[in-house]
Amino acid sequence: MDFEEHAAKPVLRAAGIATPDSGLATTPEAAAEIAQRIGPCVVKAQVPTGKRGKAGGIKLAANADEARAHAASILGMSIAGHVVGRVLVEAQVPIATEMYAAVLNDPVSKGPLLLFSAEGGMDIEELAATRPDALTSIPIDIRHGFKSTEVAARLPDELPCPRDQLVALLGQLYQAYAASDAELLEINPLVLTKDGRLVALDCKLTLDDSAIPRRQDLAAYGTPDKVTALEARGKELGLKFIELEGQVGVLANGAGLTMTTMDAVRHFGGAPSNFLEIGGESYTKAKPALELVLSNPEVKALLVNFCGAFARTDVMAEGVISAWSELKPDLPIFFTIHGTGEDEAIAMVRERLGIEPYDLMDDAVKAAVAAANKGSART
Amino acid sequence: MIIDRSTGVLVMGITGKQGTFWAEKMRDYGTQIVGGTNPKRAGERHLDLPVWASAKDATGARKIDAAVLFIPPFGVKDAVLDAIDAGIGKIVCLTEHVPVHDTMYVLAAARERGVRIVGPNTAGLVTAGQTFVGFMPAFNPRVFRPGDIGVVSRSGSLGTLVCLNLVQAGLGISSFVGIGGDPIIGTTTRDALEALDRDPNTKAVALVGEIGGTMEESAAEYAAGMTKPVAAFIAGAASPPGKKMGHAGAIVMGKKGSYAGKKAALEAAGVIVSPTPNGIPDVLKAALARQQRVGTTSAQR
Repeated sequence: MDFEEHAAKPVLRAAGIATPDSGLATTPEAAAEIAQRIGPCVVKAQVPTGKRGKAGGIKLAANADEARAHAASILGMSIAGHVVGRVLVEAQVPIATEMYAAVLNDPVSKGPLLLFSAEGGMDIEELAATRPDALTSIPIDIRHGFKSTEVAARLPDELPCPRDQLVALLGQLYQAYAASDAELLEINPLVLTKDGRLVALDCKLTLDDSAIPRRQDLAAYGTPDKVTALEARGKELGLKFIELEGQVGVLANGAGLTMTTMDAVRHFGGAPSNFLEIGGESYTKAKPALELVLSNPEVKALLVNFCGAFARTDVMAEGVISAWSELKPDLPIFFTIHGTGEDEAIAMVRERLGIEPYDLMDDAVKAAVAAANKGSART
Repeated sequence: MIIDRSTGVLVMGITGKQGTFWAEKMRDYGTQIVGGTNPKRAGERHLDLPVWASAKDATGARKIDAAVLFIPPFGVKDAVLDAIDAGIGKIVCLTEHVPVHDTMYVLAAARERGVRIVGPNTAGLVTAGQTFVGFMPAFNPRVFRPGDIGVVSRSGSLGTLVCLNLVQAGLGISSFVGIGGDPIIGTTTRDALEALDRDPNTKAVALVGEIGGTMEESAAEYAAGMTKPVAAFIAGAASPPGKKMGHAGAIVMGKKGSYAGKKAALEAAGVIVSPTPNGIPDVLKAALARQQRVGTTSAQR
């Protein structure tokens, strides 16, 4: 789960890291009022994506009138598909130098990784690609946490600020990361002010989705996933459902198999209308899952690919057949079923729908793609 | 991480619905189930097996080589630490949605003690005809006929399909290593590939990957030096970038973790990447036949 800047910064402040004085505004007038209070400021679009500056979503204002004008132009603007509904009006800070600091879950070292660079402000992926020497990465043992002496020893020899001051801030950053079950907590830029303070000018937070149940208070401030009405319905049902543009409805169990079924549809010249997996604990929900897929009018053929390991194919097939018999959709349906419970499942499909499941997935996919293309040509 | 019929297995969370169902399936197949744990039912018998309060109590009573966890996400950290503390050398974690900070914690503890963790979010391990740990349909002979192809897969359902396709094509399975769909896991694709390369019962390997992360790229580096043939399928070629496709690990951000990158890395290492899983058996059959021809010719010389 991603957080907008204004929702991420309280996590830093709770750990003792300074951020500029600020206020959140949804109207130009409110932005002007905040500027009146804090003086020269920056008006920043609040959207859960980077590159806001390049898109014109961050502007300096010398006074309340300018803040009002900038807010008027930024509010309603669309940045990477996100419509700006709020701006953060933040006091300008006298910058001496910009740095970069982050802690993230690292799949390679399989632990937290602390990243620091004395060159901040730019995109970190760009920095890692173009100036790898300028980036220091320090693996942390999550069992023992942040060790100041170790970190101090591994930071670069030349630093723009006193070493102790920086190490203390990085320690606070690590605390904030640990306390919030973050996947990523990033300060970019981290600035040293002309009067020698360290201040976080921007902050990016991604919360580990698996930790949301134990971080409910924090998750309440996160940005909900942008979903369509059908996707929201899927979420309510506890199903992972993503709407796509194609004509072949895909119903499969397990993330890997669902992705693969979509790949095969593409490979054989079709286009999937959705990603919908009913594996894991949700494998008994075949019926509501099918209703979801069928509620998209673009679907011209349905492809059911079950491969039971943990999930029982007979339970899933029962759900699909019941729903199919009840909804009676005017669509061709293609099955390929293997694994746990397959004998019962295949017998059910034969007897109750009068359809012969395909033995090879590729053959089922080819048939579904052909039927969907024919269906699209007809309409 | 290759197991055999002598592997003694502790089922943590044995009294739950899934723990019960799969403990019975595993035992019926031939897996040496030593017993299980449930702190609230210590001292009872379940499925005619002993139930202990903890892994530590279990290892005090019996010799245990591996633990498999049927434990809810927020209980995983304590359960794995208990198993590590008890001196169990292999721990298979099936649970999905384990907080990543908890995973990192137990992996650090395991590394220090030399413990092998498989998962989280794996479907488990199978050595065909001998034993299985987890929730794979090992007992289905159409999926797991014994043979000499090793399979490594992030996904259980897709791994099942690949095993089935191999068997349909007349081949058989030596061992299946499910590594799990989470972004941070104890056993990587490369770890599994190395184990199958060393396994005397495996002649060739089917590598089943997914978009996201860099595990397939790292496995490709190892595959480049292998003499056993390797064929691969990578799921997610048609997945839209930036969307999490079911598995937490399967997400493409920018160029990193993309299908194209993984395919290129594997192909550079001499691994044939099949556009659908159904294509893997033919690739391996051809490679094994070629190896046999070369083997015969060099023996004749």
